Amino acid sequence: MSSRHPDPAELVACPTCDALYRFAPPGPRQTASCARCGTVLFAPRPGAIRTVLALALAALALMTIALDYPFLTMNANGLTAQASVIDAVSSYAVDDMAPLSLAIAVLILLLPTLRLLLLVYVTLPLVFGGRAWPGARTAFRLNVQLRPWSMAEIFMVGVAVAMVKVADLATISFGPAFWAFAAVALLLAAKDAVTCERTLWHILRAS
Amino acid sequence: MAHSQSLLTARAAGLVACRHCTHVWPAGTRTCGVCGSALSSRSHDSLQRVWAWWCAGIIAYIPANLFPMMKTDMLGSEMASTILGGVVELVQHHAYFVAFVVFFASICIPLAKFMAIAWIAVAIRRPRGSVSAHQLHRVHDVVEFIGRWSMIDVFVVAILSALVQFSVVVSIHPGIAAVSFAASVGFTMLSAQALDPRLIYDASEQPRHE
Repeated sequence: MSSRHPDPAELVACPTCDALYRFAPPGPRQTASCARCGTVLFAPRPGAIRTVLALALAALALMTIALDYPFLTMNANGLTAQASVIDAVSSYAVDDMAPLSLAIAVLILLLPTLRLLLLVYVTLPLVFGGRAWPGARTAFRLNVQLRPWSMAEIFMVGVAVAMVKVADLATISFGPAFWAFAAVALLLAAKDAVTCERTLWHILRAS
Repeated sequence: MAHSQSLLTARAAGLVACRHCTHVWPAGTRTCGVCGSALSSRSHDSLQRVWAWWCAGIIAYIPANLFPMMKTDMLGSEMASTILGGVVELVQHHAYFVAFVVFFASICIPLAKFMAIAWIAVAIRRPRGSVSAHQLHRVHDVVEFIGRWSMIDVFVVAILSALVQFSVVVSIHPGIAAVSFAASVGFTMLSAQALDPRLIYDASEQPRHE
């Protein structure tokens, strides 16, 4: 196998433009980009897997707080209303718009949580130096594919806009869930920034 | 990373590359042995799927602008506001920055996205070198990155309807446009994802002078 053409196992191709390269892992602080289209191919960072696992676990812990506690409290002329994230999700359930309610629940709660769980499943054994658990590759592929559909950070910007809209009507105060969810959105972004998908694929391949 | 040869593509080398994990396999391999994704050197129905989702997105976008996004029930009188109406309301409240964010996210981004995707899909079929591949690639990247943010308005309506429920005094309900708008955003995201970026570079396969 190795004496014929260059062994395909040593080659990688840019996912954006199909340019072919002989794989040579970049150094700890280096980044390998495609010479043709500029796509960043590999950007390994020392200890990245450990950081990713820590961020994912922290985000999961905060997610449980975000679900249970009041999110926003509104005061207007002596009337008080409180809403949790679950309330916001189920607000579409009235008026025959249940499908949208379900879609929002999936986008802001289910997918972010599922992606975190999948990532923990993939990285936990790697951090402790063991072999990847069965199905880790499927889990990681799912985690990557679901990325554009996980919209926790967009929801937080939506909250900011909503607050401006009701600022005249009432005074708003933040509940613990608000801060927890804001932190979750930040941790999710940090986690995605640290993860180098393709480096992790090479690690998963070797283990 | 060592350059094997100047700009040899995996397809030209008789290999098929995995778009998820970058590993390459002999041409004809069906699934990637590392990550399990389905392999295809170029997805030939890519443009068809792009246009199909694009049309679905446009169709859903029309009612999203015509029908009310949000209904405010204040002391028995109902007030419905469309997407554009919501922006006007914010301007009247002198919340210019937020008005700009909403206007940008729910009017500019969707329209720009429809135009950008259509432009890429058309430009791919133009003769080689008429549009620079790098330009198309950059536009596609921006569309994929920014498209999700159009969902803001749908979330705003969800939060407001959950929060503003003071029984008879004032309550806010979602309008039917919220559903079609969310669908439109979803469809255009799928449209952008259906585009195989390798087609962009195939279209301009010629020596570069840089």
